Amino acid sequence: MMTLNDKKQKMPMLTMLSPITSMLIFLVVIPLIYVLVLSFCKTNEYYQVMFTFSFDNYKNLLSPSYFQVYMNSIVIAAITTVICIVLGYPFAYYIVKQPPKIRTILYMLVIIPFWTNSLIRIYGWKSFLGASGLLNNLFVWLGITHKPLELLFNRGAVVLGMTYTLFPFMVLPLYTAIEKLDLTLIEASYDLGARKVNTFLHVILPLTSSGIFAGAIMVFIPTLGFFFVSDILGGGKSDMIGNLIERQFGSANNWPLGSALSIILILLTLIMVRLYTKAGGKLEDLG
Amino acid sequence: MNDQHDFLFFKFSNVRRMIMSEKEVLVKLRGINKQYGTNQVVKDLNLDIYKGEFLTLLGPSGCGKTTTLRMIAGFETPSSGEMTINGEDLINKEPFDRNINTVFQSYALFPHMSIYDNIAFGLKMKNMKKADIKPKVEEILELVQLTGFGGRFPHQLSGGQRQRIAIARALVNNPQVLLLDEPLGALDLKLRKQMQVELKRMQKKLGITFVYVTHDQEEALTMSDRIVVMNSGYLEQLGTPDEIYEKPRTKFVATFIGETNLFEATIAQVDEDEVLLNFETGCMRGLGKDFELDEIVYASVRPEKMNFGSSNFYKPSMPAVVKEHIYIGSIVKCIAMLPNGQEVKIQRLSGEPLPKPNEVINLYWEPEDATIMHSREDTLFSLIENVNLGGAYDDSK
Repeated sequence: MMTLNDKKQKMPMLTMLSPITSMLIFLVVIPLIYVLVLSFCKTNEYYQVMFTFSFDNYKNLLSPSYFQVYMNSIVIAAITTVICIVLGYPFAYYIVKQPPKIRTILYMLVIIPFWTNSLIRIYGWKSFLGASGLLNNLFVWLGITHKPLELLFNRGAVVLGMTYTLFPFMVLPLYTAIEKLDLTLIEASYDLGARKVNTFLHVILPLTSSGIFAGAIMVFIPTLGFFFVSDILGGGKSDMIGNLIERQFGSANNWPLGSALSIILILLTLIMVRLYTKAGGKLEDLG
Repeated sequence: MNDQHDFLFFKFSNVRRMIMSEKEVLVKLRGINKQYGTNQVVKDLNLDIYKGEFLTLLGPSGCGKTTTLRMIAGFETPSSGEMTINGEDLINKEPFDRNINTVFQSYALFPHMSIYDNIAFGLKMKNMKKADIKPKVEEILELVQLTGFGGRFPHQLSGGQRQRIAIARALVNNPQVLLLDEPLGALDLKLRKQMQVELKRMQKKLGITFVYVTHDQEEALTMSDRIVVMNSGYLEQLGTPDEIYEKPRTKFVATFIGETNLFEATIAQVDEDEVLLNFETGCMRGLGKDFELDEIVYASVRPEKMNFGSSNFYKPSMPAVVKEHIYIGSIVKCIAMLPNGQEVKIQRLSGEPLPKPNEVINLYWEPEDATIMHSREDTLFSLIENVNLGGAYDDSK
């Protein structure tokens, strides 16, 4: 009996691990190393990669014009995150409070948008907000404005698109955290004389903060990289790090510079995750 | 000599009356009903809770005891009925406006706060000054014998320690009523016994009204001033522990509290304050008034009140066969079987002469040791006719 059990535990461990390990090595580790190597390379006048070691790319990226893009990225990501928290928290709380049947339906409604391409949904927003879009037509028809409003191609439109795309990433960790909340703790708080606001501030909020942190990470980091949202809704006026990277690998054809930008984005992400774990968050909650 | 006895008795009864009259009603429940959909959990509950008493709500799970407690705490609203504290309406007050605190079954300590902050929470919410909170918290930590634990967190404490903190957190607010919802349920037996004594000590010391919910009858009997026995939403009996134990009013109370032998019988003869009971397999006497001839009743006799008689028939008795003796330290539990298959529990002290197993004996009890209860049945349930002895019963053996 014992030997059978031992075999059962040891053998599959290796057999199951090896495909995953090799997949990770080929699809994650090797490309990352390649990107890291590229980021220290140069290009010649024909935009071909020269494998000579230099810090030029990083030096370029310290220039003020790039800094402006970083700041813009961080500002948009921060605003998006805050809006997602403010909207997502009551939303998640409301879902948890529903009877199981309605809860499942609402939960599905949050998840279903994942099943359609986010690019298509962002184009949908573009035609909805555009000068001859549905919203503007409605405003003109209602007589609120005479001329169509300029709703697109500004920072607000980008934030709207980001919030729309990443809202579920905020709701899901919040939902998990709020669902885990022990209701007797809320009763205990009332019992000890805390009114609703105080109960929220002193008991509910601190006990669901892990969900807020996890949601913030899962919204903040992708916002930096979702270049297509700022491309389509920002119209190139509101560039983010993601746009720069995309351009270096695309039209600018400067892979080493793009790689260096990617490395900076990865470092930024790691710093955020480090801050998150320092604040007491668990990596598993990030999914 | 006799005069002196009378005088002493007079004095005692006077003192007794004084103690009784001091009882002041604190919480009053009148006609309380609680319904969840079609499921009625509490049915027409009337209850007075006295100031400074230790009242226990006792009953099996699902009897409505916890719901009653939660209604007093304010977490549930009665479907109908009145509830007052010191004459003031209680039902329309939010839980945070009631000067009532609860010790939860799961303790419900705030995991993100230190022990100090947990205890201070209620005082902070009442906007007490920080300087005033500190001595109060320290005083209560001393009361629960956990001085110096203020800086720790709930997860660093053992179950028993968390339990004490939960009590301290409630008591520090000096509530009018302290509600305890099976607070000792998660503790091991030894710790539970110790906490029972301690809880009683604290209650006496502070003079706070305790309303205690439990399904453990032994716990209820040892700690309470009065016990409310509940069953499927109804209040079955309210009384002091000895009243509940010695004079159960219903079949449920008799069987739920302690061990007992329950017999069905018809009243064969009604004397002044004694009745003759006719059982399926015998005939006995019991004390009781207000019984009618031929009425079906239950007789409850505690195992320690059961006696083995000799096989002469000069006293009314029940013939039985001794099945086995179980030695439990200072007492012996004996099981005997009546001719109709009913098992009777008899409890004797170790060392007493006992009949041997398989011996035919007569069981009897003194008339005052049986509690006779109305049954509301109209026919006697015959075990001889209704119990199938099945394949296990073999005549040839």
